[in-house]
Amino acid sequence: MTGGDPGQIFREEAAELLADLEAALLHLEQNPTDREPLDTAFRALHTIKGSGSMFGFEAAASFTHHLESAFDRMRKGELTATPAMIGIALAAKDHIRILIDDPARADISAGDRILARLAEQSVSAAMSAPLRQEHDDAEGPATWRVRFRLAPDALERGTNPLLLLDELRGLGDAEIVALTDDVPPLEELEPTRCHIAWEVILTTTHPRSTIEDVFIFVIDETELTIDPVSVPVSAPVPTMASDQPAPPMPAAPDAVPHAKPSPPSKVDAGPEKGKAQAASNSIRVPAERLDDLMDQVGELVIAHARLKQLISDSVDLQIKSVTEEIERLSNGLRDITMGIRMVPVESLFGRFRRLVRDLSQELGKDVVLTMSGEETELDKTMIERLNDPLVHIIRNSLDHGLEPATERVAAGKPPQGRIHLSARHAGTRVLMTIRDDGRGLDRDRIRAKAEEQDLIPPGAKLSDAELFQLIFHPGFSTARTLTSVSGRGIGMDVVKRTVDGLRGTIDVSSTPGVGTEITLGLPLTLAIIDGLLVRVGQGRYVIPLFAVEECVELPPDVERRHASRNFLNIRGALVPFLRLRDSFGVRHPPDLYQKVVIISSGDKRVGLVVDQVLGDHQTVIKSMSKLHADVANFSGATILGDGSVALILDIAQIVAAGQIQEQRREAS
Amino acid sequence: MAVTETRSFEALTLGLGGEIFAIDANSVHEILDIVPQTEVPGAPPLVSHLINVRGKVVPLADLRIRFGMDRTPPTIDTRIVVVEIELDEEPTVVGLLADKVHEVTSISGASIEDTPDIGMRWNPDLIKGIGKRGDDFIVIPDIVRIFTTH
Repeated sequence: MTGGDPGQIFREEAAELLADLEAALLHLEQNPTDREPLDTAFRALHTIKGSGSMFGFEAAASFTHHLESAFDRMRKGELTATPAMIGIALAAKDHIRILIDDPARADISAGDRILARLAEQSVSAAMSAPLRQEHDDAEGPATWRVRFRLAPDALERGTNPLLLLDELRGLGDAEIVALTDDVPPLEELEPTRCHIAWEVILTTTHPRSTIEDVFIFVIDETELTIDPVSVPVSAPVPTMASDQPAPPMPAAPDAVPHAKPSPPSKVDAGPEKGKAQAASNSIRVPAERLDDLMDQVGELVIAHARLKQLISDSVDLQIKSVTEEIERLSNGLRDITMGIRMVPVESLFGRFRRLVRDLSQELGKDVVLTMSGEETELDKTMIERLNDPLVHIIRNSLDHGLEPATERVAAGKPPQGRIHLSARHAGTRVLMTIRDDGRGLDRDRIRAKAEEQDLIPPGAKLSDAELFQLIFHPGFSTARTLTSVSGRGIGMDVVKRTVDGLRGTIDVSSTPGVGTEITLGLPLTLAIIDGLLVRVGQGRYVIPLFAVEECVELPPDVERRHASRNFLNIRGALVPFLRLRDSFGVRHPPDLYQKVVIISSGDKRVGLVVDQVLGDHQTVIKSMSKLHADVANFSGATILGDGSVALILDIAQIVAAGQIQEQRREAS
Repeated sequence: MAVTETRSFEALTLGLGGEIFAIDANSVHEILDIVPQTEVPGAPPLVSHLINVRGKVVPLADLRIRFGMDRTPPTIDTRIVVVEIELDEEPTVVGLLADKVHEVTSISGASIEDTPDIGMRWNPDLIKGIGKRGDDFIVIPDIVRIFTTH
């Protein structure tokens, strides 16, 4: 639906470019002499400016223009990338974002202030910059022979050679000759391809780098040679004969326009070609289309399961073999579709560099952010939804976890605080860890606060993990003073809720004086889960397999002491259990031999008594409608092989219910 | 209070607990024979079951509960009318259980009367009006309110 709106396409493109820009700026801040981030930043700004004005984002384009000019000067060495400059550039980047996303909301005066600071910095930074460029400029006019041949499909990709030529003309006196040697005979000519190369004899006061800049956006696909012509030629040079296999000769600026030129050299078709090829092989697809595709594949998986069930009694081998073939294909299709939706978590982690930079400045703490496992892939939707929870966790680490430098030195730690983000696969889950080397969680304060808020009875015995779970309680914050960063008591409960919504888990571990580690366990995808299918009464339910620890039979003696002591002895540990038939109000008489499925969430275990364990079942998750939003115990629904609907148990809620039972036992 | 619905509309008429109900034909997606239903423990009685409609999980509503009618077992005529309604500005697909589906007909605005405040067995808030076709009275329920009020 959004596909047709060019403004929207630009916004999406700009969002990516701005992300590139930010990454480049932060990189530049660490390595001020690096050329590459400077070029990346410049290219991003140049494209935003160009596309912006093309799509009518005039305010953004003209604002970007100023920043682009500054970066151009940095590339030429006229300015240095000072930290102050980077700071301004980051602020400017945020302003561009507003100008593009929501021009009405943009604060014009804020933009002007940024530009004023930029101008101010440009002056002072220019003074400290080396003056090597002056030397180039002082050389006076030089003559260059510029030959270029665009990629054959350059026109289809929207490159306009006329604009490039105009730009060259703008640099000085230019004599342009079209090289038509490669133009095929008419019957073979493909009109959409670019068969012509150009040779330009350019006399200009600009340095070579300025000429190269003309080709900055096509450089990867273009054969380009720029050679100095030793003497500024003005003498006419005889026209070459067409059949003469002449080496490249100095063509005169006043060569007749229809002169047969020398064959273009092909020596420059370097390794860059392969890179350009790879880049043009990827396409942009709106995320909704992938969602639709996933839906359809989900239906296919369900339809296949039905087919398989229908023919299970059939003796027709041909039908069976076709069904198996379809199974192979639909499984393959499902895996590929899920693969398409996967993106490396780097795209998520990368955003926090800026957050940590800004926060550490605001709080006056020196903090370094390190990462590992950025290549680990997760479903794109999941990545988007994890942004807010991770922001909260990182903020908390910076604000509460990491001590000020003096305190750190006193504790024998390096003055610079460290936050480490990591991601790795663990079975069908992805574990994402946020670790800091700060002071660790204050057990006594958490306990005192929890008792004050009546979350736990005074003096209750709690394991560390149980104690730490309290920080996810709504309204719980132990920060003594409010800061602008955290301490408002919102945040961690939001984290918990979001992660629960993603069917994820949160584990907290912390050592006083050493640091805190928060680990999020997440499913690979939101769309499909592996589940254990069980029967309770006549209803069938799916228990997410990642939570299942084991299945045992309900001992008959426990069965007889109905409802009084709902605990099982599992290898010496007391595990509370819930009779799902009671929870679900099943009137159907129970089976003779009841089974218990032991599930876990965090370090808590709960047994679920069911009538029958039917087996494992890979299932496409369907969300429940608004009308069932208030129903407890279920996180979604799925469609079984026979076409009927089964409910998926919400592990977090059920474990919590089991814990209430355990607390009752402890109270009694 | 009941809202007066005076414009004419195309309606699907269905039988429910011995009465004839009319629902906006434009909101009807399809009409299904009875399909396997899955009970949702702990759900409100009105939408206590889920059904599979072409791969989508859809709540099945028994309007008879809101009108205090007897819940007779399904017969050969029982159908599920799949409709789309706006709940909190979000289009929601719901299956409605019907004892029998009659026809699509046009109900003229002139024939629709306000819901009488008295002499009604039902909560007047759940009804937009009473239409007349020949000698029959047709109940025009307010489907959205049926789902949003409790």
